[in-house]
Amino acid sequence: MKTRSDMKLPRRQTILGGVALAAGAAAPARAQLTIDMTKPTFEPVPIAIVDFRGDKVGADIAGVVRNDLQNSGLFRSIAPGTFIQQNIDPNAPPRFPEWRQIGAAGVVVGQVTQAGGNIKVDFRLWDVVVGQQATGLSFTSQPNNWRRLAHIIADAIYKRVTGEEGYFDTRVAYVSETGPLGARVKRIAIMDQDGFNNRYITDGRTIALTPRFSPTLQEIVYMAYGERNEQPRVYLQNVDSGRRELLGNFPGMSFAPRFSPDGTKVVMSISADGNSDIYQMDLRGRALQRLTNSPAIDTSPCYSNDGTQIVFNSDRGGTQQLYVMSASGGGDRRISFGEGRYATPVWSPRGDFIAFTKISAGSFGIGVMRADGSGERMLASGFLVEGPTWAPNGRVLAFFRQQPNSGGRAGSVTLHQIDITGRFERQMPTPTDASDPAWSPLIPQ
Amino acid sequence: MRTIKALAAIAAMIFAAACSNDQQAAAPATTTVTPGSVADFRQNVGDRVFFDTDQSTLREDGRATLNKQAEWLKKYGNYQVTVEGHCDERGTREYNLALGERRANAARQYLIAQGVPASRLKTISYGKERPDPVGSDEAAWARNRRAISALQ
Repeated sequence: MKTRSDMKLPRRQTILGGVALAAGAAAPARAQLTIDMTKPTFEPVPIAIVDFRGDKVGADIAGVVRNDLQNSGLFRSIAPGTFIQQNIDPNAPPRFPEWRQIGAAGVVVGQVTQAGGNIKVDFRLWDVVVGQQATGLSFTSQPNNWRRLAHIIADAIYKRVTGEEGYFDTRVAYVSETGPLGARVKRIAIMDQDGFNNRYITDGRTIALTPRFSPTLQEIVYMAYGERNEQPRVYLQNVDSGRRELLGNFPGMSFAPRFSPDGTKVVMSISADGNSDIYQMDLRGRALQRLTNSPAIDTSPCYSNDGTQIVFNSDRGGTQQLYVMSASGGGDRRISFGEGRYATPVWSPRGDFIAFTKISAGSFGIGVMRADGSGERMLASGFLVEGPTWAPNGRVLAFFRQQPNSGGRAGSVTLHQIDITGRFERQMPTPTDASDPAWSPLIPQ
Repeated sequence: MRTIKALAAIAAMIFAAACSNDQQAAAPATTTVTPGSVADFRQNVGDRVFFDTDQSTLREDGRATLNKQAEWLKKYGNYQVTVEGHCDERGTREYNLALGERRANAARQYLIAQGVPASRLKTISYGKERPDPVGSDEAAWARNRRAISALQ
């Protein structure tokens, strides 16, 4: 199985994984170690993650797992200093009463072994409440790939406890912003979802905006300005090699690109004589198909998860609203009907919701509605919040927040994640100010 | 005598300072710039027009400025013009790119209608990416909803 490298030079890394470890008991455990994140109220699951044994990287792996789970808002990582049982055998059941005593619902133990130049990482999640193994898996990979292994383990724990797919073995592309607002440097960066392995994809000589991942994460599309007062255009870039190409040479601006779910097409806006319409380009033959033809602003297109429809925003009805059309054009219907202006619709990878930015009464919000426009619900609001993007499980979103400018100085711009209930929001760490997040699919294993 | 001389010298300095201040304050309104220069265009014609919120329709004051721009551009035919469309920060990034393009195009079309050759006029949209002035109040936003005729 091929995966992509965290290093600047292309280097294939392999993860052999998902091998089940023999369980201590056969019956699936269901008690306080499970959580229904769609319920209106719940307590985070208290979980104890013991430093993995066998190699010093074991403690680092445990630290990444703790951080991932804690940051999801669904888990409370119990401080290792409070653990009673020490020197726990990773292959034998833990002493459950001692873990119940510190309030743990689950205990994670693991070990790292050297395996012919690779590392093999085993872990088990024990259900403390019923005294059984809940899950156990084994993975093998290159030693420098240990952070990914930790994220994959955190995903397995998340899935076992929530019943939802995890989203920790992913990356986030975004726009890094530095310098004064009047001459702001905006360059595309990619980092792991927990903020590590940050690297820059564009050099910052011209403004680059709106990065979006291909389904394999091997490419991104984004918009960048030309060197000398040239129109901004959409580029396709290989993430590892850095090779980039212009997607079509149009006389007008091209912007707001997004891949189709199968990665064979890119939908974008192209403007001509001041008017912006939506087009779809087939990446194999570069054939261009026009999808809208109105004197209005039609932009921010996004495919449905099955690729058959496109949601976009348009001011054809007088104000900026959300519309859905067929992915081959036509059949347009408006789906937003609340007070205010709606923008940047993004279809959930599960297909059930569309997230959007809403501007009303002088403030900005991030919300979700069902794909037919019903059940609108706001999750976050502020002076300026914008640009939701879905984690691959369709249960968590990222977006950006800008604080007001003051005294001629730029307000801070930061990335945030929020769960679909709106209960748990946290800032995502970035080395610089950051906007326009794009959450990747799970990294292929 | 020494004292009086010193006082006279101080008085002369104060007078000189007052003069230089007056000149600075008066400079932008008078034509100290070379006619036909970029500075002349900016100071005596006006390089930008402003728009209402979420609008790309030219206002009365904008048309007046563009009339002056057209006259000037026809007089000084050696300039190429890039009309930059800009927006305030109270919209989403992609929509504002489109809105800025509309604003730039509205100004360009008006200049063409006043007789400036289309071949001299390009457009580019900066959306909300290049605010001037930087601020988060209605006064700053009103100045940011603009189309600027940049001369090359």
